[in-house]
Amino acid sequence: MYDVEITRPLTLEAALRLLEEAPDGQVLAGGQTLIPTLKQRLAAPELLVSLGRIEDLRGVSHQPGMLVIGAATTHATVARDAAEAYPALAALAGGIGDPAVRNRGTIGGSLANNDPAACYPAAVLASGATIVTSAREIAAEEFFDGLFTTALDEGEIITAVRVPVPRAAAYLKFAQPASRFALAGVFVAVFDAGVRVAVTGAGDDGVFRWEEAEAALDRRFDPEALAPLALDEDAIMGDIHAGPAYRAHLVKLLTRRAVDELLRNAAPGALRG
Amino acid sequence: MTTISMQVNGKAVSGNVEGRTLLVGFLRDHLGLTGTHVGCDTSQCGACVVHVDGLAVKACTMFAAEAEGAEVTTIEGMAEPGAPLGPIQQAFQDHHGLQCGFCTPGMVMSAAALLREVPRPSEAQVRDYLEGNLCRCTGYHNIVRAILAAAETRGPQGEAQA
Repeated sequence: MYDVEITRPLTLEAALRLLEEAPDGQVLAGGQTLIPTLKQRLAAPELLVSLGRIEDLRGVSHQPGMLVIGAATTHATVARDAAEAYPALAALAGGIGDPAVRNRGTIGGSLANNDPAACYPAAVLASGATIVTSAREIAAEEFFDGLFTTALDEGEIITAVRVPVPRAAAYLKFAQPASRFALAGVFVAVFDAGVRVAVTGAGDDGVFRWEEAEAALDRRFDPEALAPLALDEDAIMGDIHAGPAYRAHLVKLLTRRAVDELLRNAAPGALRG
Repeated sequence: MTTISMQVNGKAVSGNVEGRTLLVGFLRDHLGLTGTHVGCDTSQCGACVVHVDGLAVKACTMFAAEAEGAEVTTIEGMAEPGAPLGPIQQAFQDHHGLQCGFCTPGMVMSAAALLREVPRPSEAQVRDYLEGNLCRCTGYHNIVRAILAAAETRGPQGEAQA
């Protein structure tokens, strides 16, 4: 890796100022993607501005119907502290990478990176979450902008994620056996206003909502309601691990299984309007 | 260059490092603690797992500067030189939980982190927790046996020092 200066400010204001003064600066969150990227010399920032000492960016706070998760909260902390309020989100966080990676990697870092096979984007999109930044609030629908691309501006830092808690939810992923990233992952969330289905790992343009599935499940919350549906394979990603047809098949299968799991496990009444 | 200070295995240490110096490089090259291994250098294999403020991390995927002020425990901190092995280390020996031994420091540190969190894990929990530790020799069975045995021999509280 090229040498780089690391600075560890104590406040968000100081971090923003440092980024403004160093046009070639880069935010360092948990580093679990950024450090491997730097090792491969795929990026060469002159300054890394660590968020590691900014207390305000950490922790899960419980509000009525909602979790507010600090951007620098690790996956391990979300897995533990969201377990009661939002079990599907906690389970998703507890399935990212491995235990040591989960002790460093953060929700804000994952969202800002927007890896097309990352888990968090599916949860955030299916939950209709709001990404709070140093400058504004961005709805999940507006935030993800294609592979590794987001609505964030230069020097803008995610500070928190506001996640509405659904009545019931399930996340299923089919892990790529080597990387453990999602070859396909489906998050199904049941809200008063309807069912939301978000898909990661499979979209040619990154995470997406499968609106046909949402409409079908709104009419009848049953795996069989998905039977007539087919994803447009032209919009599905293909690589050496799995072609578009296989990924499309996985998405449908995982959605069916998620619905099935909810029908078996959700609290009585949670799935009815 | 930056001066960093931290506690490593209970001792105050400091050193001058570049920004790009990784925690594993600081431990091995600056402090001579070569028990922490670099296997893949891509955060896959877990040979470099150490504890930072009580949490297992991959020392090849954390900057040394980020450990400023932290308490770090490495495999060298799991038993005093010349003293008997800790219960996890002893269980690895008793149950043939290693062959070449390259992955063992990381395995032991991951096992210690697991047993602190879950003093009496099931076999499935042990296997799940070792997701990020690769072993090319043993096929894992004896590693899992060793960790389950260590859980039996340790105190009911699962004391921090293994």
